[in-house]
Amino acid sequence: MGKTLAEKILSQKAKSEAISGSIVIAPVDLVFVQDTTGPLTVRQFQSSGFARLANPTRSVLFIDHAAPSPNYGLSNDHKLLREFARQSGATVSEVGEGVCHQIVAESLAKPGDVIIGADSHTVTAGALGAFATGMGSTDVAIALALGETWLRVPESIKVVLSGNFPDGVYGKDLILYLIGQIGADGATYKALEFGGSSIGNMSMPARLTIANMVVEAGAKAGLFAADKITREYLTSQGRSNEYQPISADDDASYEKIININMAKLEPMVAKPHTVDNTAPVTELKGTKINQVVIGTCTNGRLDDLALAANILRGKKRHPRTRLIVAPASRQVMLDSIRAGYIQTLIEAEAVILPPGCGPCLGLHQGVLGSGEVCLSTSNRNFRGRMGSPEAFIYLASPATAAASALTGEITDPREVI
Amino acid sequence: MLKGRAFKFGDSISTDHIIPGRYAHLRSNPPELAKHVLEDADPAFAAKVKPGDFVVAGNNFGLGSSREHAALVIKMAGVSAVLAKSVARIFFRNAINLGLPVLICATDKINDGDELEIDLTAGIVRDTTNGSELEFNKIPAVMLAILNCGGLIPYIKKYGSFKLE
Repeated sequence: MGKTLAEKILSQKAKSEAISGSIVIAPVDLVFVQDTTGPLTVRQFQSSGFARLANPTRSVLFIDHAAPSPNYGLSNDHKLLREFARQSGATVSEVGEGVCHQIVAESLAKPGDVIIGADSHTVTAGALGAFATGMGSTDVAIALALGETWLRVPESIKVVLSGNFPDGVYGKDLILYLIGQIGADGATYKALEFGGSSIGNMSMPARLTIANMVVEAGAKAGLFAADKITREYLTSQGRSNEYQPISADDDASYEKIININMAKLEPMVAKPHTVDNTAPVTELKGTKINQVVIGTCTNGRLDDLALAANILRGKKRHPRTRLIVAPASRQVMLDSIRAGYIQTLIEAEAVILPPGCGPCLGLHQGVLGSGEVCLSTSNRNFRGRMGSPEAFIYLASPATAAASALTGEITDPREVI
Repeated sequence: MLKGRAFKFGDSISTDHIIPGRYAHLRSNPPELAKHVLEDADPAFAAKVKPGDFVVAGNNFGLGSSREHAALVIKMAGVSAVLAKSVARIFFRNAINLGLPVLICATDKINDGDELEIDLTAGIVRDTTNGSELEFNKIPAVMLAILNCGGLIPYIKKYGSFKLE
């Protein structure tokens, strides 16, 4: 019997037949935390009785969720992480370097890796053919100490993609559509494996956006085979030597197969207060919005800022609607400056935030007030997520977000591109 | 035998309902953080819950973030088990790792305020208010071993590493 991508990666790593449903102990290639989960990880590590990290050079502490720190409680958490890094030899990714998942994609993840992060969107690295999954602080503390973790090998759902995106439709619309179809628990405990005739042409940024949001359907991993696109991406990051092809076997066994013809997709929006509460943008046209956010680990890459800049060039945001842009990493920020996107966005009256998570989780840099409505390119719209529990969050692509910033209401990007 | 009162919640209670990001600055101060447990689902919960009580929910409890603080504040509130029709993956691991039992069962028959008795070994939930009896799904062996140690840290202290056999 052939293997799914999840079974293949975990079998290679665990050096045993990792068949779905079985439990394996797998060595981990990268373990990381961020600044809101890291302090508890450090405390659990210290209470576990271990003195050393199993692999300090592959242990990374990201300061990205509240960076720079908005208050002294979080500043003290940042101090704790820096102090732990100094003692243990772990790496700190400092204020201004960017969102953990973007830096993992740019610099750290490679095909065939097993990656554990104390952040649910760790699944993002599945775009590079790594088995990457989020865990809590205690699991990650023990992975830091032992260099391994236990995993139930997930059953896989295969998403078979055909056709090409129509104009105005992007990876974000595809993943919102899929989550709307299967529901917020449609893939709980399972891997979503993306394949089909359209995959070979799908860009790495689109793959990263899609993999990033599989957890919003409950999935443990969102996996793409490592192929020509992966090799080109790694080469562009100066990491061509880290490429290895990896793909599922043709006769692998899937729990379910979902076919999506990308040519038939429309721009999608997730409505408050769950990610699976989706509708085509055409049904929400005219919904007034107070704030637009473009950025985050979902859609804060160069391609996303380019899309927004191209829509906003020579124009200004609607006077009622604040526009906040947060590049996902320092590299994205620098590349966007060189390409002129940042100037274009500032001329359109956007506020540019430092690389990081920005207002996505309601900590700072654009916290919503009661009754306010936000359209964001991020991945969660739960009640209270971005501030007041009485605020309303809609999720969409950077193109829909930019188009809506111009008009002050939810707008079909196909009207402006 | 666990005994306590049921606090009933609906479907899709997210980690933001349980402990939202706006309290991230309190995460290194668990007693303060715990005052906000489940605040966005039931603002009065923290004041009403007593040691031994149960959180009883519908589908996909704990979806969203990996923040272990969600399980931690529920445990700190004195809750002795979470019962749900289904539970999100990361929350499930986090709760077991902290020694908080999570029991998957058909919770529809349990009403808010019902008195429950739970026999963890027999796998039975008794609702002594309405007389009904429910079986909960078997906890996977590796998680049961962690739970029986009181959580992952005591488990690792005892065994030194993961033992699957």
